[in-house]
Amino acid sequence: MSARRLVSLVLAAASCAACSPIQSALDPQSPQAESLHELFWLFVVVCSVVWLAVMASLTLALLRNRSTASEATAAGSRTPALAVGAAVVATVLIVAGLTIASFLATRSLATDGGGLVIKLRGYQWWWEATYPAEGVVTANEIHLPVGRPVRMELSAADVIHSFWVPQLQGKLDLIPGRDNAVTITVTKEGVYRGQCAEFCGLQHAHMGLIVVAEPPAAFDAWARAQAAVAAAPTEPEAQAGAALFQAKACSSCHAIRGTAASAKVGPDLTHVASRRSIAADVLPATRGAFAAWIVDPQTIKPGANMPAIALEPAELRALSAYMTALK
Amino acid sequence: MEEQRLDRSGRVLAAALAGLALSACEREERVMRRDPPVVAALDEAALLPGGVGGAEPLAHVALGKPYETNAYEIAQGKRLYAAMNCAGCHGDGSGGVGPSLIDGWWAYGADLPSLYATIRDGRPRGMPPYRQKLPPDSIWQLAGYVQTLASYSAKTAAPGRDDAPQTRPAENRAPATQAPLEPPAR
Repeated sequence: MSARRLVSLVLAAASCAACSPIQSALDPQSPQAESLHELFWLFVVVCSVVWLAVMASLTLALLRNRSTASEATAAGSRTPALAVGAAVVATVLIVAGLTIASFLATRSLATDGGGLVIKLRGYQWWWEATYPAEGVVTANEIHLPVGRPVRMELSAADVIHSFWVPQLQGKLDLIPGRDNAVTITVTKEGVYRGQCAEFCGLQHAHMGLIVVAEPPAAFDAWARAQAAVAAAPTEPEAQAGAALFQAKACSSCHAIRGTAASAKVGPDLTHVASRRSIAADVLPATRGAFAAWIVDPQTIKPGANMPAIALEPAELRALSAYMTALK
Repeated sequence: MEEQRLDRSGRVLAAALAGLALSACEREERVMRRDPPVVAALDEAALLPGGVGGAEPLAHVALGKPYETNAYEIAQGKRLYAAMNCAGCHGDGSGGVGPSLIDGWWAYGADLPSLYATIRDGRPRGMPPYRQKLPPDSIWQLAGYVQTLASYSAKTAAPGRDDAPQTRPAENRAPATQAPLEPPAR
């Protein structure tokens, strides 16, 4: 690598450190992520010190002159004590590190209730979020009130997934047939991104989750709006789309509360246009993206369980207008 | 000189062996996206009058009969069997409100075109049509899966196993060896 390239790399890294990341464990925004962050730096410091000590002794050993035979015997007699000492130090370091790690892990996994419960269920390749008390069912985007502990109850429908929002907590698996739970308290407003962190199949990399932390009042307003049934579309094009949604294959997998569509195979689309993204944070929730996704999901996310449905251009326009109207 | 030649022939042999080994590496192909005209052509099964028996769509033959021989397509059919609530009537395959799919008696034909027509158009006495509910390729996946449940001759392809304990013979493991002469009493 040339010196200039090295310099530009370092500069790029420095500028990245300055920007506010949307998905970074080095920017903790909850006590749970904070303790992992502390642990990370503790490990970095301890491992750096150990590494430096090893490198220093290696350098010393390399630089020292080949000694005479008598010196070698003398050094040999000292070796057992040194080795035993090093082993004891290493053991103490490792045990101490593991103790701290397990203490912090237990704390971050503590599942004492905080009133708000979110059931997060992993599917290939999207997330279903249910707020039982609020009556909200949504997908791929969850909202949390700032400062209130939220108990996330994790389950999976098909294979093992893993819930990981680096700024908010460590990874925890979603396992079919086993319910895991983790409590998060977000301390700062913002939009965070999560990601499935356990390889779960073809589109594992495209299984994103948006987490919106907002003040309690805004959260309550959001929850009320999400709990409502879908508003009937007013524009003629969107009305045609609503009829098509019921007549075509859409309604055999998706639910829109307030209509006859109530299938639970794919994401609930009751308020799909109120979300920031569709297809598990692959596309923005715009009309063009809706149309692109409906007409050819297998090019955007090959292997996804959404089939392409044969549609006339006018039908596609009507359906995308309807999706955009589902605020 | 002699040694060098040996060396070279050894290398050629190694390369040939590696090539052979790699050629066996290719996994079974998974086709995620079929072109819309191909999907439309898959709907053109030439059924006999009465909707039982007939010729497969030429497109299926031209594709190499993936819905009969490709494990991925059959596994997708298994997913659809659960997603479309086939179990609501047919249970785990051994029947319920609807007829059993594993007793070897196929009231409307055990061949793929018949199964496709059964799912697409429905059948008398309760089988609903899925024409509007699934695109043709999904119906083919489902037909291919249903056929593995009790085909008379085992296919080489099978779907993934169940996570839950099996309540019936695994797909493609215990084919009905002989068609019953009488319909099972129901």
